[in-house]
Amino acid sequence: MKFVGDRHLRKEDPRLLTGRGRYVGDIALPGMLHAALLRSPHAHARIHRVDAARARAHPGVVDVVSFADLGTVARALPIVPPHAELRGRNFAPLAGDRARYVGEPVAAVVAESRYAAEDARELLEVEYEPLPSAQTLSPGAPAVHEDIPDNLAGRVILARGDVEAALRAAPRVATLRLRIGRGGGQPMETRGLVADWNAALDQLTVWASSQVPHQIRQFVAELLDLAPHQVRVIAPDVGGGFGAKLIVYPEDVLIPFLARRLAHPVRWLEDRLEHMLAATQEREQEHEVTVGFDDTGRLLALRDRFVHDTGAYTPRGLVVPLLTASMLTGPYRIAAVESSFESRYTHRVPVTPYRGAGQPQAVFVIERVLDLVARETGRDRARVRLANLVRAEDMPWDTGLPNYRGSGHVVLDSGDLPSVLRRALESARYDALAAENAAARTQERLVGVGVACYIELTGVGPFESARVRVDAAGRITAWSGVTTQGQGLETTLAQVAADELGVTPGDVTVVAGDTAGVEHGIGSFASRAAVVGGNAVALAARDVHAKARLLAAGALGCAEADLEQAGAAFADRRRPERRTTFAELARLAGAATAALGVEPGLESTRFFQPADMTYSSGAHVALVEMDPLSAAVRILGYWISHDSGRLINPLIVEGQLQGAVALGIGSALLEEITYDETGQILAGSYMDYLLPTATDVPTMVIDHLETRSPLNPLGLKGVGESGTLPVAAVLASAIEDAVGPQGGRVTRMPLGPARLLDLLPPPVVK
Amino acid sequence: MTVRSGSPAHDIAVIVNGTERRARVIPRLLLADVLREEWGLTGTHLGCEHGACGACTVLLDGEPTHSCLVFAVQADGGRVDTVEGLAGDGPGLHPLQEAFRTRHALQCGFCTPGILMTLVAYLRLHPAPSEPEIRETLSGNLCRCTGYQHIVQAALDAAATGRAAAASA
Repeated sequence: MKFVGDRHLRKEDPRLLTGRGRYVGDIALPGMLHAALLRSPHAHARIHRVDAARARAHPGVVDVVSFADLGTVARALPIVPPHAELRGRNFAPLAGDRARYVGEPVAAVVAESRYAAEDARELLEVEYEPLPSAQTLSPGAPAVHEDIPDNLAGRVILARGDVEAALRAAPRVATLRLRIGRGGGQPMETRGLVADWNAALDQLTVWASSQVPHQIRQFVAELLDLAPHQVRVIAPDVGGGFGAKLIVYPEDVLIPFLARRLAHPVRWLEDRLEHMLAATQEREQEHEVTVGFDDTGRLLALRDRFVHDTGAYTPRGLVVPLLTASMLTGPYRIAAVESSFESRYTHRVPVTPYRGAGQPQAVFVIERVLDLVARETGRDRARVRLANLVRAEDMPWDTGLPNYRGSGHVVLDSGDLPSVLRRALESARYDALAAENAAARTQERLVGVGVACYIELTGVGPFESARVRVDAAGRITAWSGVTTQGQGLETTLAQVAADELGVTPGDVTVVAGDTAGVEHGIGSFASRAAVVGGNAVALAARDVHAKARLLAAGALGCAEADLEQAGAAFADRRRPERRTTFAELARLAGAATAALGVEPGLESTRFFQPADMTYSSGAHVALVEMDPLSAAVRILGYWISHDSGRLINPLIVEGQLQGAVALGIGSALLEEITYDETGQILAGSYMDYLLPTATDVPTMVIDHLETRSPLNPLGLKGVGESGTLPVAAVLASAIEDAVGPQGGRVTRMPLGPARLLDLLPPPVVK
Repeated sequence: MTVRSGSPAHDIAVIVNGTERRARVIPRLLLADVLREEWGLTGTHLGCEHGACGACTVLLDGEPTHSCLVFAVQADGGRVDTVEGLAGDGPGLHPLQEAFRTRHALQCGFCTPGILMTLVAYLRLHPAPSEPEIRETLSGNLCRCTGYQHIVQAALDAAATGRAAAASA
């Protein structure tokens, strides 16, 4: 019985369905104190003085801390990854003499209850000197960091071929200016931490709602001057991440600092307003893209220049704009390409990856270009795409652009992109829809169909780790360096381990997100967990199985070739009454002498270090109708063809795609973080930052292709973010089709109600 | 969450999942906080604390209620049902929970308790809902993971299971 490929029901569900999950806010330790953070109300201000006298006197208050109290912890967090062109700056656990965005933490109050802590926060007196702030990407804005007067965090040019010559030679040339606004991951569980200093052990335990517990351990150890083994970080049940929990935040260091300082457990739970103000965001870019093409719609040259808003700090360096720039050509063959950007500081929340990480912008840009080329040449949008897609026989396809990690080019490893698109078109009955829409438009209904293709970079290294152990009671545990915040990795990793070990997923307990489980780990982001973590689990489980067989053959006095396995039991097929079990073999291994020929313990720790990223691909088709008066958009149909390699669990993959499309719909039509000219956030609650509800998201039809990746033993590709990538592009395409040639052109995302109104065609005069 | 800041305390008694619970609370203590912090019923989650996400939905005297918008004292003498009580005392799952598992209607699980309580109350009154009605009912509960499709299917499945059980009873 093989479990990889099975629509296995999730192991984590019974506990989550009955209210027995354990999220960070559910952890209550004896003597636990509660922290509340005071955040800067100014986008840019000098901080002259923090007066905590009244707050300290409030009943129940235990401590108040500002920058001056941080001692050696009063320094900037590290920036990862480095880049030669990056002029990076990062935040400290609390703002020092200057606050650089509304929401930057300035002081912490610790009290016996959250109510008391929040009351006392109101009594803190901070003397701010408000300063003009940078709220545009244009040159001349006030400097965010004094030593970087032009606000330039980095400038990068990626190129393949001579784009200027190719543009000059192209029969046709066209230019688009495109803008994308800010949004956020918005997990339903906000961020939060519990930290506990154990003085008897000189050890710190930190529960964090995080996608990267190992990185938190590294940063906490570094800033608190502890050895890594003195810090254990656990990501318990995590209520969604989507990138909002990807970086190490000031609070991730501050709360452990407070726990050690006070020798008491301390809990901090972000509220939703804080999340809107202080959790990182993404997507804001301004593009100017020029394309050269011929009369058949074949792309010949592409030049894109964009400005990227990186906010006040760069905790993730240049990752987001590098992803946009390096993934620009997407699934298309273009001989000459130049993609360049300037990343600029603003007095706003830092920008770091959220679901899609720079790639939705790249897809929006290139797909807008494809629609433009189709319109200019009078050709069908799907057929123009088919003519330009990388073909199956081109694989592996070197796009010629360096990848975002600088480890080589973006090289598509495998896939059949034209088949993916054709299947999406067939699934949607694309040609029939076009005819039906034309007929509907004669009755003055605004109905349109859109199409978009994409590739997604997945399975990012550098490595992931796994430890698989059978203990003396026969329990099988797989520890992984990845975390799980809804992706079902407790189930999928158990499916992988079960196949290698010859048992069932129910026999395997997966522990993810605990630095005590594996010494080294990276975490869950960049659609990497199943790919890199899954292959690491496979390698470790394969080792354990080989070791068990060696021991079993020895114990039963037979050749390994004569072993028969039934679940946890091994027998000699010639003498089936002689049998042994995983538990017995684990006890044997637990007392292994040199003579046994194996190292002690029925366990293995292995790493999977992918040679390169593996690329998923797909195509989406959407059918929309716009209200001719209100311009409200209704999505009438949605079709997905997707190739993420071999599927471990199709049920979970479908859930990932559906959720990712819903998030994409939000960031295309509903969600936008905007700021006024002083840097005050204009969408601070769910009353004005609108997440998609069940009435906004259509039923999706999903079709899978499974082109195995040659880059890992299991043939996997990632999927978690894929569904988000083309949504803005496909809806832009469909909306333009709906409004017709008399209507407007989509050059901005998101499309709020006002922008949709501007797209409506002029009313027909009767 | 005991008495602080000179606030007067109130003694409350609430039937929670069929069992009487008591607490001494300050007037502004939220129902969600007394459930979670005083009575250890952490299955009820707080997602926005402004009544917009629905994660904290419990049944107060049978009605779906945002426990982040109700004070604990308002529940005094009343009945509160939370996700912990949904399956009853048995080891199994409630049919709606079972349908959620079968349909993969949850991912991170944070919004799930509020959605279950919303749907349980709705399906009691509407045993044969249409898909648009289910979607309308769910429109006060935000889920960031699933895209709702599997939740809608699970709700329709659970309704069908409920009708079949009623027909055979």
